[in-house]
Amino acid sequence: MPQTAASLNASLASILDAGSVLTDPSALAAYAIDEVAPGAVVKPASAEQAAEVVRFALRERLAVIPVGSRGKLNIGNAPARYDIALDLTALNQIAHYDPGDLTLSVDAGCTLQTIADTLSPQKQFLPLSLAFGGQCTVAGTIAAGVDSPLRQFYGTARDFLVGAEFIDGTGTRVKSGGRVVKNVTGYDLHKLLIGSLGTLGIITRLNFRTFPVIDGGDSQSATFCAAFADAAAAIAFRQKIAASVFTPDAVEIVSPELGRIFAAKNPSAGGPSSVALGNWFSPEHWHVVVQCHGTPEVRSRYEAALRESAVDAGAKTNAAWPAQSEGYQSSEFGSEARTMGAFVNAAPRILRAASPGATIFKIAQLPAKLPALFNALSTVADEAQIPHALFARGLGITYFALLPLEPSRDAAIAQLAPASAKIFAACAAQSATAQMQFAPAQLKRRMNILGPERPDFAAMRRLKSAFDPHNIFAPGRLL
Amino acid sequence: MNRELIRELQSLLGAPAVLSLPEELLMYEYDGSIEKSPPDAVVFPSTTQQVSQIVKLVNKYDVPIVGRGAGTGLSGGAIPRAGGVMLVFARMNRVLSVDYENLRATVQPGLVNAELTRAVEHAGLYFAPDPSSQKSCTIGGNVAENSGGPHTLAYGVTTNHVTALELVLPDGEILRIGNAQGNPLGYDLCGLFVGSEGTLALVTEITVRLCRKAEAVKTLLAVFDSIDDASETVVDITARGITPAACEMMDGWTLQVIEDYVHAGFPMDSAAVILFEVEGLREIADTQAAAIAEICMAHHAREVRVARDTQERDLLWKGRKNAFGALGRISPCNYVLDGVIPRSKLPQTLRRIAEIGRASGLQIGNIFHAGDGNLHPLVLYDPRAPGRTEAALAAANQIIQYCVEVGGSLTGEHGVGMEKSELMPLIFSEADFALMRRVHDAFNPHANLNPAKIFPMGKGCGEIRVRHTGGHPAPPIPTNLGHAAPVAPKPNQPVARS
Repeated sequence: MPQTAASLNASLASILDAGSVLTDPSALAAYAIDEVAPGAVVKPASAEQAAEVVRFALRERLAVIPVGSRGKLNIGNAPARYDIALDLTALNQIAHYDPGDLTLSVDAGCTLQTIADTLSPQKQFLPLSLAFGGQCTVAGTIAAGVDSPLRQFYGTARDFLVGAEFIDGTGTRVKSGGRVVKNVTGYDLHKLLIGSLGTLGIITRLNFRTFPVIDGGDSQSATFCAAFADAAAAIAFRQKIAASVFTPDAVEIVSPELGRIFAAKNPSAGGPSSVALGNWFSPEHWHVVVQCHGTPEVRSRYEAALRESAVDAGAKTNAAWPAQSEGYQSSEFGSEARTMGAFVNAAPRILRAASPGATIFKIAQLPAKLPALFNALSTVADEAQIPHALFARGLGITYFALLPLEPSRDAAIAQLAPASAKIFAACAAQSATAQMQFAPAQLKRRMNILGPERPDFAAMRRLKSAFDPHNIFAPGRLL
Repeated sequence: MNRELIRELQSLLGAPAVLSLPEELLMYEYDGSIEKSPPDAVVFPSTTQQVSQIVKLVNKYDVPIVGRGAGTGLSGGAIPRAGGVMLVFARMNRVLSVDYENLRATVQPGLVNAELTRAVEHAGLYFAPDPSSQKSCTIGGNVAENSGGPHTLAYGVTTNHVTALELVLPDGEILRIGNAQGNPLGYDLCGLFVGSEGTLALVTEITVRLCRKAEAVKTLLAVFDSIDDASETVVDITARGITPAACEMMDGWTLQVIEDYVHAGFPMDSAAVILFEVEGLREIADTQAAAIAEICMAHHAREVRVARDTQERDLLWKGRKNAFGALGRISPCNYVLDGVIPRSKLPQTLRRIAEIGRASGLQIGNIFHAGDGNLHPLVLYDPRAPGRTEAALAAANQIIQYCVEVGGSLTGEHGVGMEKSELMPLIFSEADFALMRRVHDAFNPHANLNPAKIFPMGKGCGEIRVRHTGGHPAPPIPTNLGHAAPVAPKPNQPVARS
């Protein structure tokens, strides 16, 4: 039932303290998603209050979108409806931390910085996405499904999220999994929340297993970079590492265009500042950045083996070899980011800053099939005359960016829409799966972020109905 | 069972692929748990298409369907609790493809776990999940139960190694989910279906990650004169952030039984041993082995032995992996639990288990995945002695309740099945069940696929049927918290269990 703004706010204020309901239009604008502003913003003080808001929304058939620090709201389709922004930043406690068990339970609104501050005295950390900085909330990070360079070694959230509490679409608080590191009790519903963009449930708490820090005692991280004439050689180097006994923490392939953007990066681009890039990234070369950790003995073995593999694969330069670093983890949370690793980590942000129309696809493809994929992607972009850049993350996740130069938004969209459709088609033709991770709102209104209908969409819709029978959670954001 | 259905199945699959005589069905009424209930017919499909056709055909008769791999499960997941047609995947047991460059294999569900490693080890690769039953259990069963094993401490359980699945849904639809690379874009459907215990779909094809063998492996056996010292060692190693590839603990009583059977060289007079394995680059394996040995000695280990060669290593593992068979030699029945606890709570939990054993007058052995807090207390009992079965089940319940009290869970790798469904309310609320039931019904709305599993009886409402389909006595229905009374438990068999 449609409500006027005044009656909506009055109703919400009767559930929460008036101070927890924002009505000021400028406040609402700050919660806009793809230019759609909510009718109200509420900031519950507890999971139970959040559930009350959901029950109210259910009664009134209002659309609710959970938000945290709002840094990643542009991931996902533009919302079909958006009545209430459910701001979970007040749910920000560390609920449980057992350093001896390496398990952690945190409220949805906890920031990654808070988590890092909690874990680091115990020499532990959570290898989640760091690309958006420590201010992002943990639930937002999980719901957005973003990853980090460390996925090469640590896997993604599905490998270390061990349980969750959330509110389902009936306004009921439910849980899945537990707080222990090994558990097969009940369906693994919490895994479905990863990358669900708020469409299945309102996350109120998340349980993780934690990991010993990379840098500790004798063990330190080291970052290596090799440059190659073409993508095939860079991928061949990556494949040589994969075929060896070495297990690096991160292996990232950087295209020449991205190298150029890194080199030209200005401080307003949102990437790491005060970085002495030197000649690490040149616009002529494909680069592969490798991070490992271990004792001096282990690091020197990595160095020798990587150097040999790089030369075998036809490396052009190794001027920056090796670059000692503080690693991805400390570089992002430290006072200053100083490493090339930090650049790669911040690549999505830097790419979006480089072009207002930046449209970035996240593509899952097997590593050995990347040369054909890269060719197909660059052919599409070249034919459409759109500059492009890419980086490929460990284990076969590629981020491909279309970076239109068109100053006019409409002209850029006119260019991007057919090219994006062709990118989805090119991926499908190679059995790769793609998601439009970042794109201008106008483009997303013309196509789903997951592309044309896939055979598994019907199963996903069944799940959406099971979790959220009345489609009140983030309608339209995913499917 | 409807004779017309049998005839239709025979004409679809050929008569040799259909069993329906009571004496033929006896083999299929049990798994590795203590429950049993016979199917009304057993069929052996050879292709995904046949699986789909069978499902559609059986649905016309409104008869339940249950999938089965090798029947080594420990929670009754493959037991046809409501009778019906059982699909046995023994003929779908091939490695369909191996992609050596990308470290992927696509296999059929009936492939025996160890066979996959055997097929790829020439290239230095292996499939990481290694349940102790790996010489007989199937990968389809591993997917259904999200199986673990000793080496999943460092490498993850089955769900961490499955990237794509082909499914036949309970209405016969064939569906592919996930992708070969493994990163889901959209909802993580593989994450849901792996470990759904055969209640959402039948799995007909599985794409898995393969791992590369480490450069160096070191196997250590630490011997302790006190269980407390052994468990404090595990706590300390975990807290220091050392993750061995495996960390398995066995108590002294269990060791004696194993040693009598396997002759692995385990000490006969110790209170406990821990079997560690560390892997990686030579330098890493050496450093970790030294660190572990030092921690063991700090906790008063009597000695720390390092396996000198592959033969010694294999012997130590043979002892561990055949433990359950060894126990079968000395007790008519045992009941193996699968509780999980926070690893920091290990010493107090082992003390509590010993107390429960003393109070109940039952021998309880401990042989388990200490590194990830996954306990396997073994309650030994003689079902012929009056009251002993009830006492064993009561002791088991007390142990599981304690695991939950200290922040743990019911099952780490064996699954809920029909064995632990009545314990589920210890963990989950009515609201939790309601959502799980809606997810169940989204794919299996008529509960024709593997009915009466996972959900406690009575909480599944009408759709989780336990139903008599003719030909056999109705299966037992548990009525109280705890357990279906094991009707005439079968004798222990010397088979490996996890």
